[in-house]
Amino acid sequence: MFGGQSNLLQAIETIFSTYDPEIIAVHSTCLSETIGDDLNQILTKAREEGKVPKGKHVIHCNTPSYVGSHVTGYANMLLGMTSYFAQHTGISNYQVNLISGWIEPCDMREIKRIAKKMQANTMMFPDTSGILDGPLNGKYTFYPKGGTTIEELISAGDAKFSLGIGQWATEEAAKKLEYKCKVKYDICDVPIGLQATDRFITALSRYANVKVPQSLTNERGRLLDMIADMHSYLYGKRVALYGDPDWLIPMTEFLVMLDMKPVYIVSGTPGKLFESRMKEILGEKVPEAKFKNGETADMFLLHQWIKQEKVDLLIGNTYGKYIARDEDIPFVRYGFPILDRVGHSYFPTVGYHGGMRILEKILGALMDRIDRDAPEEKLELVM
Amino acid sequence: MGDFSKKVAISAIYPVMEKENKNIYLLGREKQIATAGDANFDMECSKASEAGSVSQRACVFCGSRVVLYPIADALHVVHGPIGCASYTWDIRGALSSGPQLHRLSFSTDLREEQVIFGGEKKLYAALTTLIDKHKPAAAFVYSTCIVGVIGDDIEAVCKKVSAEKGITVLPVHAEGFNGTKKDGYRVACEALSKLIGTSEQRNKVPFSINILGDFNLAGELWMLAEYYRKIGINIIAQVTGDGRVEDIRRANTACLNVVQCSGSMTWLAKDMKEKYGIPYIRVSYFGIEDMSNALYEVARFFDDESKMDAAKLLVATELKKLLPALKEYKEKLTGQKAAIYVGGAFKAISLVKALRLIGVQTVVIGSQTGNKDDYNLIKDICDEGTIIVDDSNPIELQHFIREKNATIFIGGVKERPIAHKLGIGFCDHNHERKEALAGYEGMLNFAKEIYATAMSPVWQFVRKSPSQEEPRIKNQEQRLK
Repeated sequence: MFGGQSNLLQAIETIFSTYDPEIIAVHSTCLSETIGDDLNQILTKAREEGKVPKGKHVIHCNTPSYVGSHVTGYANMLLGMTSYFAQHTGISNYQVNLISGWIEPCDMREIKRIAKKMQANTMMFPDTSGILDGPLNGKYTFYPKGGTTIEELISAGDAKFSLGIGQWATEEAAKKLEYKCKVKYDICDVPIGLQATDRFITALSRYANVKVPQSLTNERGRLLDMIADMHSYLYGKRVALYGDPDWLIPMTEFLVMLDMKPVYIVSGTPGKLFESRMKEILGEKVPEAKFKNGETADMFLLHQWIKQEKVDLLIGNTYGKYIARDEDIPFVRYGFPILDRVGHSYFPTVGYHGGMRILEKILGALMDRIDRDAPEEKLELVM
Repeated sequence: MGDFSKKVAISAIYPVMEKENKNIYLLGREKQIATAGDANFDMECSKASEAGSVSQRACVFCGSRVVLYPIADALHVVHGPIGCASYTWDIRGALSSGPQLHRLSFSTDLREEQVIFGGEKKLYAALTTLIDKHKPAAAFVYSTCIVGVIGDDIEAVCKKVSAEKGITVLPVHAEGFNGTKKDGYRVACEALSKLIGTSEQRNKVPFSINILGDFNLAGELWMLAEYYRKIGINIIAQVTGDGRVEDIRRANTACLNVVQCSGSMTWLAKDMKEKYGIPYIRVSYFGIEDMSNALYEVARFFDDESKMDAAKLLVATELKKLLPALKEYKEKLTGQKAAIYVGGAFKAISLVKALRLIGVQTVVIGSQTGNKDDYNLIKDICDEGTIIVDDSNPIELQHFIREKNATIFIGGVKERPIAHKLGIGFCDHNHERKEALAGYEGMLNFAKEIYATAMSPVWQFVRKSPSQEEPRIKNQEQRLK
């Protein structure tokens, strides 16, 4: 009735005095947005009243549940981070900002490994590695070592370039950096599969002005070797997949490259680019493919499509297990959330190594099915 | 109030925690933390959580959802933006022996347009479509925060759909800002209250009970129902585990309400006492003592010798199997120390007794929603020095665990990371539990689960990583020899 200002002010005070963080990130909700709380105004008041200790920060973003999807929320907080922290001093630090899309902590670590291998001067944000996959050492730490520091976030404004990894999640933040600090940007796909990784590495090589080392080319070669060895198991297999556009697009491209047929694709996240990208990837190679995004593109629709004509493989988050079971389809878990299997936060699926991991999962699912269904005399030892 | 001077000094033993130990207790929470054996024990509780305290509590909607969710042949529609439905989609292991409709999390997926122009039309469309498609026995419509603010008249929509489709459509006023999870329990009970007594049947069924407050997690209610059947008791309605709308409608024909999870169901029991004159008793099904008492009390209520004899026989038969099996666990577990943090205090009390039975001492105990009576009971059954806490938070919990050297933490999903990061065992005693823990079989499962987690080899390796110090032999040549 009277607005949420006093609650938020109280919360800020309590959190700083009890939990002692460096930053408090405030996310608005459907309720606070609709009753008209102005986070900018409340946080300014908090600073004026001395509720934010010296050297500490409170940042915010607007995330009412009725606008966009979970990806919108991710993108909005990235925007919040750049709006609050990035500073342009006029003296370039020659770094390339890597703005990370919605990927696992291990994927962020893998992208950093690739950048290091290329000797590129990069700074990644956000970075959940070391935070969301912190080691077990008998200590309960509220703020594990890892991730991006405040100094690094500030330094984003002096970078020579920003590379957004995943259009939906990162473009707003990259744009903001350009507008606020004149840091030019480019957007690339999340490096899932061979071609998207090629493009990421090419882009990084260009913007950071570094060579691609032989060891990385060897990683590519190993992925290709694995595909070549196994391609006959992949040919023509019909795949249904669902999830967030930022990973669906490169994953679909990878599946096509593997000579598989991604026939049904849905994403609940809106955005016009989805259709044109999918058309571009699937148009000639898989003309029968059906794809749709936005609020009516749900798993119910996907299930109906599958019932009309079966697929050989389903790829998506845990919620797909009901469809996989109903239709008896091999199922590879990918995306967010995965609530019923482990490994996704530890073993990267980006880069060439990650491509091998995806391949391992797909082939494992398909070959387990072959073994399960093979008549006694056809059960093969060597596959 | 407990003696806090000692506790702050403990941080010296754990140098890593120094920074976080700056303030262990939130200002104003001192009276919500006490110690068993303290002469001035007077627990402050049932208070709203302080903003920013990172309470482990949940919202009104969550409370109403967990109570009504197990009604398997009802349609559950969440009227709000997609998040509320998405986060409560099939997360509760409340099993159904028949329909699975409850596991679907239907939502009206409100968008900006509806927030501005109202969501009643969308709700009407969703309800009529879903009712035609799924033919549910009744429908529950949960209103969320935003619905309360934009002012949709869900009562009117429910009435309209109910008249058109000829089924009961009940609004559940679960706007998040109306209180805490506990208030959510109440609004769920209000909805149930409207359903009860709507069948044709009025006459009391002899020797009959309603089971209130068991949600059939991991099939627990099936075991309990079997016990009751064995001693000759008829079950009218299961509220709400493996629940059916028709059974709940005729719950008024039962002679007695047997209430577990008193936090969620006492309101309904009182309401039914007032309306239909049905008395109620409070029971718990965890641990041998409480499980047996539940059966005895029900038998005693009906004042029928054959029922009491059957109950005694059942208890004796079960114990004959169970006690030898537990003995082995007790021998191995003796000396282990447990910390308990759960939603309802009544369950916490059962846990103390069940743990004692297998040799485990409770050293920290707390609840999200306990009242004064609960905490007085807890104080009486706990050993002197046990820390008792109301509406706690991660910073306190991890501190108490280390201070009291607990080796097992029993709680819900939010407590698991605290236990595991500290390198101690964890047992899930909440909605997400995978094993049935109620009844006699459940007691054995509980002992197994506690044993498996407390004795897991993994914990010994937590503090034994290879030394990070410089090797003693510095000379490379010497090292190679």
